Amino acid sequence: MAKSLQDSASSAGGVAAGGPRGAEGRPAPSTVGVAAATGPADQRSEVMTVNIGPHHPATHGVLRLVVDLEGEVVRELRPVIGYVHTGIEKSCEDKSYWKVIPFVERMDYVSFFFQMEAFCGAVERLVGLEIPERAKHLRVIFLELNRIHSHLVWLGTTALDLGAISMLWYCFRERDRILDLFEMATGQRMHTRYFQVGGVIEDIPLGFERKLREFIAEMPVRVGQYEALLDRNEVFLQRTKGTGVVSRERLLELGVTGPLLRAAGEPWDLRKAFDYLSYSQFDFKVPVGTVGDNYDRYRVRLAEMVESTRIVEQALDGLPEGPHIADDRKYVLPPRSELSTSMEALIHHFKLVTEGYRVPPSEIYYAIESPRGELGCFVLADGSAKPARVHFRDPSFVNLQAFRDMSVDGYIADMICSLGMLDPILGGVDR
Amino acid sequence: MPDAPGLELIRGEIDQRRPGAVVDTSFDNERAVLVVDPAHLLAVLGWLRDSPGQEYAFLSSLHAADYLPAEPRFAVHYELLNRDRVERIRVKALLADPGDEALPEIDSCVDLFPTAEFQEREAFDFFGIVFHGHPDLTRILMPEDYVGWPQRRDFPVGGEPVTFTYNERRYG
Amino acid sequence: MRERGLRARDMLRGDLEGEELERYVEEKVVMTRFEEMLNWARSNSIFPLTFGLACCAIEAPISIVTARYDLARFGAEALRASPRQADMIILSGRVSIKMAPVVRRLYDQMLEPKWAISMGACSSSGGMFSNYAVVQGADKFMPIDLHIPGCPPRPEAVLYGFTKLQRKIQGNPDQGWRARYKAEGTEEWARGGPRSEPSPEAVEAYERARELIRRA
Repeated sequence: MAKSLQDSASSAGGVAAGGPRGAEGRPAPSTVGVAAATGPADQRSEVMTVNIGPHHPATHGVLRLVVDLEGEVVRELRPVIGYVHTGIEKSCEDKSYWKVIPFVERMDYVSFFFQMEAFCGAVERLVGLEIPERAKHLRVIFLELNRIHSHLVWLGTTALDLGAISMLWYCFRERDRILDLFEMATGQRMHTRYFQVGGVIEDIPLGFERKLREFIAEMPVRVGQYEALLDRNEVFLQRTKGTGVVSRERLLELGVTGPLLRAAGEPWDLRKAFDYLSYSQFDFKVPVGTVGDNYDRYRVRLAEMVESTRIVEQALDGLPEGPHIADDRKYVLPPRSELSTSMEALIHHFKLVTEGYRVPPSEIYYAIESPRGELGCFVLADGSAKPARVHFRDPSFVNLQAFRDMSVDGYIADMICSLGMLDPILGGVDR
Repeated sequence: MPDAPGLELIRGEIDQRRPGAVVDTSFDNERAVLVVDPAHLLAVLGWLRDSPGQEYAFLSSLHAADYLPAEPRFAVHYELLNRDRVERIRVKALLADPGDEALPEIDSCVDLFPTAEFQEREAFDFFGIVFHGHPDLTRILMPEDYVGWPQRRDFPVGGEPVTFTYNERRYG
Repeated sequence: MRERGLRARDMLRGDLEGEELERYVEEKVVMTRFEEMLNWARSNSIFPLTFGLACCAIEAPISIVTARYDLARFGAEALRASPRQADMIILSGRVSIKMAPVVRRLYDQMLEPKWAISMGACSSSGGMFSNYAVVQGADKFMPIDLHIPGCPPRPEAVLYGFTKLQRKIQGNPDQGWRARYKAEGTEEWARGGPRSEPSPEAVEAYERARELIRRA
């Protein structure tokens, strides 16, 4: 099929020799200026600047792209962001430390537990608080469930962009099951404020474990069904194989982390590199791609979903008994049952709720592996009850720099595919 | 993380090559921090990136912070990472506030670490720190014609001061 | 029920007169005036615009068109990407100051009659973000027909809001708070009302505050 296209294009007097796709299937280099001399007179190519977004069905949020197009080939690309900039980092400076948690989880709004973990982990390290084992396992369970959730949203919306509309419905059916689990444990579907400094705010209810086990049993089957839908779909394969390739070295230069880097062949995963929470107790693989094209990114994320299911299963099997939050009353609210009997508990509760705890002047940068890459949280404490600076190194913000490399000198359709596989969440990009 | 003696060794090696580059070292929360003089920033970063034995080739994060009322007021943080040894080191460059209409300036490290492009634009957008040598230093998250540096400590959260007498005394 | 039974008996006897008779006929006989039928048709075939800003966008427009919370059963299945072809815009998410003119332009491009739903706390009132970057409520720059509280609101809440909008379109709106408390004229974007233009003192205070920021 590709060969006949090539033949017909060259017989029609295409812009460059060999047709719009060269022998390797990539668009030919720019011929602006050259075409006037070599090609037929009516085949001049000029560069047109097109604005895509910020309101566009395929831009995964309010991303604006200013694209220089030569025919259908992208020559230059400039992302313009900031359309959902919410000033979260500035608002956090005005709030006591536990009030920052709901703000911070609304940055990357699909992987909300990860922002909570980055912030709570940073503050726990600042004050030197040790969280109990049960809390670590619970946090891992919810983080990995959130990773599956994020990948499901990605798969549904990206397949929608590429035309495989049915995937949206199947992925969101699973997503609703995960949200049911979140609602069962925390009361809220999204933005649950479940993690607190010191552990988790509440223990899991009865019946949660059974429902979670049902979900774990079914999830790998579903991932197999998604693969069966997409992996033999010729249109999907043609659109994703060989497109959006960026070399591993260039990705590292650009600071790209997460599934994008792993698809290019670099086995870098912060869960394995920096052992945080209780990830060292679980046995899981890190899927790594080979070529680094869009197809590899898709496969890496699908494999990650299966691995996350395994981690959740192991965490649930190994869930120890114990408190779900640390004991230190200076930083953690006492249980409500104590408030009616103990005077110290009442005083601690009052102090924590009104002013909040004070953190000694210091600063920390704590990074975890979110579904998009390295999510780092920088907290600067100045001794008062409010943080002096909270900054998030958001993975989508840095990964967006690779978008230009993925799309330049490719077709605009491949650019849309790369944008989907890049998985930017504009809430995280803009904060 | 390089531990405290390792950090002093690093400082010693840098001092041999460029005396006066490292202003201070500190070791807080298990992270080695090198406080450098902004004039020698690129040399220190380049040495940390390229010299065999150091090779901190990945810039995790570049961000700025405002330490008002401490002097010098601004600091630009560079979180460097060595992926093979799994070690992090932080380089801090302290910048003073030059006064009313001028903006603090520092060299851009986009040539050393291309990932810094968007992140330096963000530091410029929020703090007004000018990075010399950056290919396109414009506002990235705020609208292009916005006046003011939002993330500075003396910029009110609401963008305009609420007319309480406390604020009038503070800003007026 | 008893009343209806009595009236039916009167009708059969030929005893209903005048106004009672008119009312009886209106209720029993389907007299569709053209507008009512048109409004009924409009409310049941709304074309929403695919427009999502932030977190609420994952709940709507994405989650409410999926199988569990199906928006299509209310007739709004045809989501349109172009504002020229859509009649309803759901502002799902926080409206930042950079995005506000874009949203206004989208709203202006929509054809009449058009409706706007402000979904979630952030677009209704700025939500939890009372800072420099978020417009404190989309009411400040465009007319909104319905506000849905929540952060993010459950998809069922959005669907309930949607049915309220349908009732409003049909000319049968639930009384909003402005009608209940006689607060018409307090809309921030309304022109010509008692509080529509800022007073000269307020303008001067605002200018002074801007100067303070420019100097700080």
